[in-house]
This record gives sequence, C-alpha cells and structure tokens, in this order.
Amino acid sequence: MSVLIVLLLPLIATALVCLPFKRSWAAGVTVVSSLAALVLSARVAWLVSEGNSVTVDLSAGWLKWIAVDGLSALILLLIAFVATTAAIFSVGYMAHGNLKPAKLRLYYINYNLFVFSMLAIPVLAEPTLVWIAVELTTLCSALLVSFENTREALEAAWKYVVLSLMGAGMALFGFLVLFAAMQASLSTGAYTWVGSGSAGAYTWDGLVATAPTMPPVLLQTAFLLILIGLGTKVGLVPMHTWLPDAHSQAPSPVCALLSGIETTSILYVILRLFPVMQAAPNSHAETWALVLGLISVGTAAFLLLQVKDYKRMFAFSTVEHMGIILTAVGLGASAAGYGAMQQIVSHCVTKSFCFFAAGTVLLTVGTRRIASVRGLIRQSPIAGAALVFGGLAIAGAPPMAVFLSEFSILKAGLTQKEYVATGLLAIFIVIAFFGIMLHVNRMVFGAPENEASPTNSETGSTLQRFTASTLPVSCRLALILAAVPVLVLGFYLPQPLHDLLTQAAGALTK
Amino acid sequence: MSDSTNQLLNNLNALVTGLFLLTSFGIVAMRQARGVLHLFIAQSLLLAASAALLGLRYTSDHLYGVALVNVISKAIIVPWLLRKTAPSEVYTRREVDQVLNIPTALLIALAFAILAYFLGLPLLNSVAPEFRSLNVPIGIAGLLLGAFTLTVRREAVPLLIGLLAMENGAFLCDIAIARNLPLLVELAIATDGLIIVFIMGVLTRAVQKQIGATAVGELDSLKEATVEPAEKEGTK
Repeated sequence: MSVLIVLLLPLIATALVCLPFKRSWAAGVTVVSSLAALVLSARVAWLVSEGNSVTVDLSAGWLKWIAVDGLSALILLLIAFVATTAAIFSVGYMAHGNLKPAKLRLYYINYNLFVFSMLAIPVLAEPTLVWIAVELTTLCSALLVSFENTREALEAAWKYVVLSLMGAGMALFGFLVLFAAMQASLSTGAYTWVGSGSAGAYTWDGLVATAPTMPPVLLQTAFLLILIGLGTKVGLVPMHTWLPDAHSQAPSPVCALLSGIETTSILYVILRLFPVMQAAPNSHAETWALVLGLISVGTAAFLLLQVKDYKRMFAFSTVEHMGIILTAVGLGASAAGYGAMQQIVSHCVTKSFCFFAAGTVLLTVGTRRIASVRGLIRQSPIAGAALVFGGLAIAGAPPMAVFLSEFSILKAGLTQKEYVATGLLAIFIVIAFFGIMLHVNRMVFGAPENEASPTNSETGSTLQRFTASTLPVSCRLALILAAVPVLVLGFYLPQPLHDLLTQAAGALTK
Repeated sequence: MSDSTNQLLNNLNALVTGLFLLTSFGIVAMRQARGVLHLFIAQSLLLAASAALLGLRYTSDHLYGVALVNVISKAIIVPWLLRKTAPSEVYTRREVDQVLNIPTALLIALAFAILAYFLGLPLLNSVAPEFRSLNVPIGIAGLLLGAFTLTVRREAVPLLIGLLAMENGAFLCDIAIARNLPLLVELAIATDGLIIVFIMGVLTRAVQKQIGATAVGELDSLKEATVEPAEKEGTK
C-alpha cells in the first residue's frame, strides 16, 4: 500500500502548492511531502531487502500494473532521496532571484509533477505505461529547464524536448514490437491478463517468462529500438548532444534531479530488458551495452578536458557515469552487475551533491564560467570546500562512494577476463579524473585574476550574491545531507543496502 | 466474412495507407506551417480510417476505440490546443531557408521510405500477412520521415508536427501487429500527445517572446568550446 502512497504524495503536494498562500508555503509543502515519500520508500526498500514481497492491496485487476522488486525498490529509494535533498536545496536557492509568487508556485508545481513522473517509472510494471512515465518526465521537466527564460535556457529546453521525444518515439515503436513479439510467441494467439509473473502478461516478469519462445528477430529489433530511443534520454554518446545544455541551464536543484536521478531511472528501463534478452537464445544485448557504454565513457572523458562551464563539466561527467554503468552491465558477470548497482547508488548521491555544490558556487560568484572563478576558497570557504569535495567524489578519489563502485566494476571486469574493455574503462576513468580535478583545482585554489569581474554575465545581473556567512541555511543543510552518503558509502555499506543491491543485481540476470 | 469483402477491405486499406505515406512526404516538404498542420490532421484521419478498416476486418471493438481516440485527440484537440498555446503568428510563416531545399529533402525522404521497407521485411516474416504487409513498412516509413522532418525543419510548429507524425507512424504499425494493446494504454498515449502539444506550445510562446521569432533552428548558441555566454551579445 505504501507504494501507492509514495506515488500519491507528489500529486497531493502539487494540488496543495496551487493554493495561494505565502511564499514559504509551496517550498514547505514540497519538502514535507518529499520527506514523507523518502520515509515510505525507505520502508518499501527495507521490506524488499528482507526478502518480503511488497503487495499492493488492490483488486487483482490492478496488480499487473504495479510491482516492486529489488531493482525497482533501489531506484525508488534513490529518487525519493534526491527529490528530498533537492527540495531542501530549492528553498534557499529559489529565494535568491526575487521571483514573483506565481512564478515560484509554477516552479514547485512542475517540481512535484516531475518527481511524480520519475517515481512512477520503477513502480509500474507494464512496459507501455513505463514508457508514458518516461515521456512525462521529459514534459514535466521541460518547463523547469527553461525556467530562467534566457535565450540559452530556452534553447536548451527546446533541444531537450525535441531530442528526448524523438527518442521516445523510437522507444514507443520498440515497445510495440516487443508486445507483438509476445503475442506472436503465444501459440493460442489469445491475449489475456493473467498473474503478473506468468508467461503472457505484458509485464517485465511476464516478458522474461515468454522470452524463450519469442521470435528472435522481433526481440532484437525491439531491444535495439528501445536502447537507442531511451539511450537518447540517458545521454549515451552519440545521442548525448542535448544533455550538457539542459543539465547546465536548468536551476541547480533541478540539475541535481535531472543529472543525478532522471538519467539513472531511464537507464533502469533499459536494464529491465537485459534479463529478457538473456532468456532468449543468442542475443547480443551485452555486446551492445559494452560498445555503447565504452564509447560514452571515452567521449565524455575527452570532452571533460575542454569544458568552459562548470555545470557543463558535471553534465559530461553524467554521460561518463552512464557509460560506466552500461559497460558494467555489458561485462555480464553477477559481480559486475553488483558493481553496476553500486555505481548507480554512488552516482545518484554524488552527482546530486555536485550540483548542489555548483549551485552554491553560482550563488556565490554569479557566473558559470570556469575561467571567471579563481581562488574560490578565499572568497567563500563553504562553496570552495563543497566544490573540492564534490569534484573529488565524482571523479572517484578514495575513500568516496564512486571510488568503491568503480573499483568493484574494474575488479569484476578482470575476473571476467575482459582485459581490453576493462583496460579501456580504467584509462578513460583516469582521464576523466584529471579533467575534473584540473578545472576544480583552478577554480578553487587558482590565483585570482584581476581582470573583468564577472558582474556583467547574464546570471550575475539578477542574482543577489551570497557570501560564506549569508548562504541560506537550507542550502547548507542540503549540502550536508547529501554529503553524508557520499562519504559513508565509501567505506561502509549497511547490511540492508547490501542485500538490496544483491537483489537488484539478481534482477539483471535471468 | 466472405473473401470478396476481405479483398475489398484490403484494397481500401492499401489506398488509405498509400495516402498516409503521401502525407508523410508532404510534411517533410510543405513550407507553410498551416499547411503542415492540415496535412497532419489528414494523416491522423487516415490512421483512424486504417484502424477502422482493420476493426471491420477482424471485428475488433478495440480497434474502433483506437480510431475514435485518434480522431478526437489529433484531429480536434491538437489543432485547438495549438491555437490556444502557440502564438498565432506561427501559422502565417513561410519557411524560406530550410536546411535542405525541397527536391533534395524529398529525394532523401524517398530513400528513407525504401529503407523502411527493408527494415520492415524481417518483421513481416514473423507476423501473419494481409494488412500487415502494408501497415508495417508504411508505419516505419512514417516514423523515419517524422524523424527526418525534425532534422530539416527550423520552425517550431513543423518540428512539433514532425514529433507527432513519428507517433502516428508507430501507431500505424501498432494497429496491425499489436492489436490487443489495452485501450487504457492507447488512451494514455493519446493524452501524452496532447501534453506534448501543450508544453511545446508554451515553449514556442516563450521563444517568440525572447527572440521575436519562432525559428527555433536559429537558437544555436550552446555549443562546446565556442562562444561563451558571458561574451555573447543578445543575452539579457
């Protein structure tokens, strides 16, 4: 039942936000509802990790559409976590622009709808309904990306919508072909809704059960269409071109959602197809994942070296991390699957922290240009420290979460005897590490240049600058909350989380 | 149903899907935004007609439902919504500088249509013949041509129509190969199309306010390692 409440909470929050109360009302409602969603999803995840099945007390007719297993519980938990920290960060961040109350309300309406559409992805079990949820994530976040209404923001939003929807069109066709494949495999030709796990039901489990008898051509076609279509929204190279734009132009808390969790939850939909493909005779899903993943990691690593905008830098790092996760899945062993799940967790917590840090820096200096930010540590110790911490964490320095997960992926790759792929992956990770640290180091510790103070930049004009002492409390709180798992997961993995990860990795293989 | 009736239905469907393909070409080439919109409405009606013919052939109520949903959402609500959200100025615009000139675009589109036939072949082998032999390749062609439209157009409304045309193509396939998809899902997909129109309409309005035109193709400032926002003119 709590699964349904998790889904309802953001909708209720949306309705409440519409009420014309004081400015703090909308922010407060959003924080409270996302906190409640976090608690409930933690409970669901806890139940699932202990091996209980989460049942939904509904008539059997509804059961087929909602199902939560290890993998979906993990994603659900991560979405709720990032939504909560981002909501807290929004409180302070959105206060800076002196927005009109109506505009602020619009932000929170879109925010809650966006969170709702993301929460729906892991909970739903019917592929076409999941596709609709994916579409909704694009549509609900489009106005958030264009929120600042500058020329750049509009361009980014437009690119984002057009490319994502184009990909979604391909993916829709893929899902329909998948449905056709399932129908073709049922000898009777009659299509009935039966229990959610058995062959013949169009759910993730039903697909796995039906896969061995599906016509391989249809299955392959469907897989490729969905991989390319949804891969566009995940930001896999060469379909990534919109991602750095959208993820850098949106307000920082939204970037944390987009980059930290939206990409991952879309990747989750692709991952759902891997057990289906393994059940079918001679599929090459792993090879595709490996190739696309390595291309993404490699391209992103080199692009990271030459970025000029620090939010773009973190956006490219997202492309890199999506590539790493896909490569890990492509390596194909259960150990690599576990590593991939670990990487998903560490990416979500770390990347959201990075964008909070970037948002803090933006609040402090008022520009996104790397070249205009020098000696940040003297200007604002909090922003500087957060940026260094975020940079180190996302680049994969020990003892942070990303280091641990990347290490376990590389280890699994070596035991799989995939030396070439693992070697390439290691090289790209190292290049990306230097790319990120080079920029962060210059920004934080570089000697301040006396030329052109960045007041004339487009973001600087409307911003009220914050110094270390006036940074809003909610921003500090969000930074601290987000930093805890980044650090802790680097050396200590709680047992329930470990169980959950094992189950999630188990869901990747047949 | 008798063989001759089936034959007649097959022939009618051939006519309808043929016209569907023609509208796809039209959407690629038509310059006037209003014309593109009209072509899209025609295309959606043809899609509904094909669904209705298939419904007649297989006596499937579900396919009638699909036809009805399509007519209502795409032929009635989409144009209305577009008029409400997008600035009216977009309809009168003629797109003079397309990325490709019309003959080239049409030739490439033709290549896409042929490619679609070959892409459809393996799919056809594993599903039964009849209607499918027409709906599948033409549906794929519709999908590809919609995607192609997205790459050659620069005005907001034709781009939006390109997206919706992709969906139409997927649907044309769908009614032939996945006949029993729950109607709820079809309804949800149709609703989704409406949200697309709404959001893109709002974005178009914002773009027009910001740059005074709806040629979104001219928005090209965000690139890697070129001009940086702070050094560029024209920003706020």
